[in-house]
Amino acid sequence: MTIGPSAYLLLSAILFGVGVVGVVTRRNVLIILMSVEVMLNGVNVAFVAAGSYLGDAAGGVFAFMVITVAAAEAAVGLALLIALFRLKETVDITELSILKW
Amino acid sequence: MTTGSFLLDRHLLSVLIALPAVGAAGVLCLPRERRADIRNASFLVALAEFLVSLLVVARFDPGTAAMQLSESVPWIPRYGIGYIVGVDGISLWLLMLTTFITPIAILSAFSAVERHVKEFMVFMLVLETAMVGVFVAVDLFLFYVFWELVLIPMYFLIGVWGGERRIYAAIKFFLYTFVGSVLMLVAILALFFHHSEAAGFYTTDLMKLYGLAIPLKMQFWLFGAFFLAFAFKVPMFPFHTWLPDAHVEAPTAGSVILAAILLKMGAYGFLRFSVPLFPAAAADFAPMIAALAVVGIVYGALVSMVQKDIKKLVAYSSVSHLGFVMLGLFAFNLQGIEGGILQMVNHGVSTGALFLLVGILYERRHTRLISDFGGLARVVPVFSACFMIVALSSIALPGTNGFVGEFLILLGAFRANAWLTAAAATGVVLAAVYMLWMYQRVMFGEVTHEENRRLPDMNVRELACMLPILLLVFWIGVYPQPFLRRMDATVRAYVARYEAAKQAALSPSAPGETMFTRYFGAGK
Amino acid sequence: MVTGALEYLWLVPAFPLLGVVLNGALALFAERPLLLSGAGAGGVAPYRRAVAVLAPAAVGASFAAALLCVASLAARAPDDRLFVRFLFPWIEAGSFKAPASLLLDPLSAVMILVVTGVGFLIHVYSVGYMSHERAFARYFTYLNLFTFSMLVLVLADNYLLMFVGWEGVGLCSYLLIGFWYDRRSAADAGKKAFVVNRVGDFGFLLAMFLAFWTFGSLTYTEVFARAGGMAASGTLTAGLATTITLLMFLGAVGKSAQIPLYVWLPDAMEGPTPVSALIHAATMVTAGVYMVARSGALFLLAPATMTTVAVVGAATAIFAATIGLCQTDIKRVLAYSTVSQLGYMFLACGVGAFTAGIFHLATHAFFKALLFLAAGSVIHALSGEQDLRKMGGLKGRVPVTFVTMAVAALAIAGIPGLSGFFSKDEILWKAFNAPAYGPVLWAVAAATAGITAFYMFRLVFLAFYGPSRMDPGVEKRVHESPWTMTLPLSALAVLSVAGGWVGIPAVLGDAVGVPNLLERWLSPPGAVGAEHHSAALELGLMALSIGIALGGIWLAHRLYRARPETPGAIAARWPALYDAVRNKYYVDELYDRALVRPAVRAAEWLWQMFDARLVDGIVNGAAVLVRAAGERVRRLQGGIVGGYAFSLLLGAVLIVGYIIYRSAG
Repeated sequence: MTIGPSAYLLLSAILFGVGVVGVVTRRNVLIILMSVEVMLNGVNVAFVAAGSYLGDAAGGVFAFMVITVAAAEAAVGLALLIALFRLKETVDITELSILKW
Repeated sequence: MTTGSFLLDRHLLSVLIALPAVGAAGVLCLPRERRADIRNASFLVALAEFLVSLLVVARFDPGTAAMQLSESVPWIPRYGIGYIVGVDGISLWLLMLTTFITPIAILSAFSAVERHVKEFMVFMLVLETAMVGVFVAVDLFLFYVFWELVLIPMYFLIGVWGGERRIYAAIKFFLYTFVGSVLMLVAILALFFHHSEAAGFYTTDLMKLYGLAIPLKMQFWLFGAFFLAFAFKVPMFPFHTWLPDAHVEAPTAGSVILAAILLKMGAYGFLRFSVPLFPAAAADFAPMIAALAVVGIVYGALVSMVQKDIKKLVAYSSVSHLGFVMLGLFAFNLQGIEGGILQMVNHGVSTGALFLLVGILYERRHTRLISDFGGLARVVPVFSACFMIVALSSIALPGTNGFVGEFLILLGAFRANAWLTAAAATGVVLAAVYMLWMYQRVMFGEVTHEENRRLPDMNVRELACMLPILLLVFWIGVYPQPFLRRMDATVRAYVARYEAAKQAALSPSAPGETMFTRYFGAGK
Repeated sequence: MVTGALEYLWLVPAFPLLGVVLNGALALFAERPLLLSGAGAGGVAPYRRAVAVLAPAAVGASFAAALLCVASLAARAPDDRLFVRFLFPWIEAGSFKAPASLLLDPLSAVMILVVTGVGFLIHVYSVGYMSHERAFARYFTYLNLFTFSMLVLVLADNYLLMFVGWEGVGLCSYLLIGFWYDRRSAADAGKKAFVVNRVGDFGFLLAMFLAFWTFGSLTYTEVFARAGGMAASGTLTAGLATTITLLMFLGAVGKSAQIPLYVWLPDAMEGPTPVSALIHAATMVTAGVYMVARSGALFLLAPATMTTVAVVGAATAIFAATIGLCQTDIKRVLAYSTVSQLGYMFLACGVGAFTAGIFHLATHAFFKALLFLAAGSVIHALSGEQDLRKMGGLKGRVPVTFVTMAVAALAIAGIPGLSGFFSKDEILWKAFNAPAYGPVLWAVAAATAGITAFYMFRLVFLAFYGPSRMDPGVEKRVHESPWTMTLPLSALAVLSVAGGWVGIPAVLGDAVGVPNLLERWLSPPGAVGAEHHSAALELGLMALSIGIALGGIWLAHRLYRARPETPGAIAARWPALYDAVRNKYYVDELYDRALVRPAVRAAEWLWQMFDARLVDGIVNGAAVLVRAAGERVRRLQGGIVGGYAFSLLLGAVLIVGYIIYRSAG
């Protein structure tokens, strides 16, 4: 049996939505970063599915690209988080509002 | 070595633009503790720049009006933007003024600047690159880049090394000039697109834009935008209020550069861009600009008279002097324009020197109030003698540089408008009043403050700053021919081209047409 | 022998310039360290000896060169006496050309002889007079610089170069009046002189602009030639000629201290006395007269200007003379006398008698320089006292000074046979024959002559006769001056006596067989003796003016010798008039109230109101507006990252929704 592209896209949308909800609602920076990873993976699913459906390798290429960026982002993000924790001793994002007016 | 001589032979102007920037990069690499090395290195870079710039004078051909030592490299070819540089009789002496004043300004800051020496010197050198670029750029886009680049180091020079109200002054300076610049950018874009519509291709090459026939109404608006940009910079009355604040708060070297060169950029802009690009509008605006210039002359002189701070007095006197420059430029005849250009150099030399001298006083006493001094002539005779010579040059005594410039300006302006010139000539009287009155209160009389009794006279380094300036004061005053001769061909062609372009643009107009109907009338 | 001398004309100004350089170097490198270290004045520092030789020698050499050049010029045929030497191009811009070139003709010949001759004597005198001065080298640097500038002024071959000398002498005047700059009054006086002169220079500048755009040149010969041609062809209207010459005359009024710009000259007496003699009596102040005489060809084309010149001259002559009546400072009496005598010279020029004006300029240079130097000798003898009320009885104590001063006073009063008589009478006679208001001008000038004789002898009687009114301390130290001072006095006394004989009027000269050399020298060939009036009338007027002069002297004798109490009684009888005259008619106060203070107040107002309130108000107002807007908008930035992310999402949804809606619709 074959699964149609709409199913993959649905999965992708669900993953993305989960990620968005996580980013918007959670207060722990670590969780927010994880949610961002979920969003990226949702996008990856869509890329791969679209690539396979259209028979175009570009979709896969983009997915790899996103994975690379995500890895870099995770590394930088976590490094920042650690630096931030050393400075503020918290990972609660509501307490990190020094940029507000 | 061959590369060196190749660069100097073929790319002299590019070398002049690059040298201070490269020097700045080199200074950046020095450790910040080696402050003496940083100072010396920066000074040597600026001095080398001056020596190299002497080659420009040596190679300059006074016989032609065209751009010389030109270089042209496509930069953004799709939009016709090029790296085009060159000098002619108009820019030559302003370029030389820049390379002449900068080493002096750097030398003057050796002891005045103690904090962040490295950054200071780097900013000075970057500033020099930008200023040289402004005067040699023959491409509108390139010009604009350098024009804006000047703002940044100057902003920091005032804002970091300035006096008490430095932040206010720096921001005021930046925003004032930036408002004008943005308007100019819009006008440049309009010009750019108009050219592509008229000629079918994009270009920002000034020489190509010169040939463009611009409709009268468009001239009016574009001239207006350029006018604001340059009038803020000059500064013309009533856009001058940033100047006293900027000067008073800026460190000495910053004031010197600001007065000697930055102000000239505005007047140079009028000469290089506003008038040749929009001759008809320039002709129509000329009486208004001349009137503003005269108001500036008298106003600046009057307000100078009542200042209590020497530096502010000198700053307001700049308003008056630049009024003379504008009056000369907008006389649109040979004498007026040559006088105007020469007066730009003169003002750079003498007002720069005045700021240096005020800086020397400030370093010793940490005050600039006239009332804190008195009787200095007896205590510091060499200083007061230098001050006297420079003050006399500033009030245009014959035999000094100021006279040659002012005389030619007034001579030229008299032909354009005798009554306005008569009013402007009262500035000659008022200049004597404010300068000599200040001089008297600072230098003459008894020593009124005990702490002034032990002031040290100028030291060797300060004398080394002043001597080249004094030399130039008398050289231009007694034998200005080498300076005037190199302007001659360019200015002659400039006036002729202006007259022809004005005729062509205004000839279709009805004889009784006023400016208002010409630009706002329904018929056109 | 002397024919080649003209080629070296440039040496005439070059010598004083060399003096400036050398003395300036000495002032800078030898004198300054000494002064700063506070070493005592009047020491025997060797540099002072060098200065004392160098400075007079420079002017003396210049005088010798001038003599040779003039002799060389005189050797030429009368219609060939015009020598121009081009030195270098100065300002050239398009059709405008002002070269640095020197011109020697009979007029400038007279001037350079007066300037270098009298200048040399005053330099010598200064060596003695300033021997106690600390800044010895600085003084002579300025004095040499003055001589140089004055020579440039008179030797220039175009108006612009003349203007260089013109402002140059103004600068030296400023520096020398304020020589003792510790004194506030001296510094004030120097500044006042410079600024008032600048008012005149303003006119001179405008005159040059107008002249250049009218005639296309500023070179004398070209201007006069074209002016003549244009006037003949009618292209030069009387109005234009009048405007040009009136503006020039404004310059002359400033430099030569005429109404309304005379106020600086009396204050200029703050300077050292030899300076007053050289600059403010003999040479610089006569520059205006020289300029008018030089431009005679132009002025003659403008009758209205000529009348103005004559009227201003006559009015100044009598106005200043009356102020001189009540001054008690010996130098101020002489200062007002100078203003008055300059008025005479302008009167002469105004009636077209340029030769008479120059003649009086020369004789005045002799006797007025002598008066000032003699006054200086008195002041020197009295340890600096200048108040006539504290003098008296000096006749026997300073004999040379007394004799020479008496000679000068007789000369200025117009006693026959002395130089002042010839020149003044020439002016009176020419004024009488003036085309407009002749007899009135004559009457004013004659009255002035009487007043002049009166106040000069008032001075002589107060200073040298009667009982001593000196402070006892001062009286003990009274001494005759050294030879460096008395020798110039004697030389000038000889000139004051004999100098007039070169310009003896024909009506007298024919009788004794002496020709009027000066008139022949200065007038163009053929013009001499063109006019002839009744000899009887001329002699009659001459006798009348002698009578007036003698009357003035008699009155002075009566008031200040025979009955010393009368002046006080007169003052008490008309206190208002007396106060007005004593206070110089309150002109200084008037200028202060009407011009100076309103200008300062207006400037303050402009600065505080226009700059600070209006323009900066707008500028800062714009900044305040932006800030206020920012205040409102910044509340959007809550600092909650979740909030930002949510608005991001909202935005994305809205945009995507809009696109879908568009593509669907």
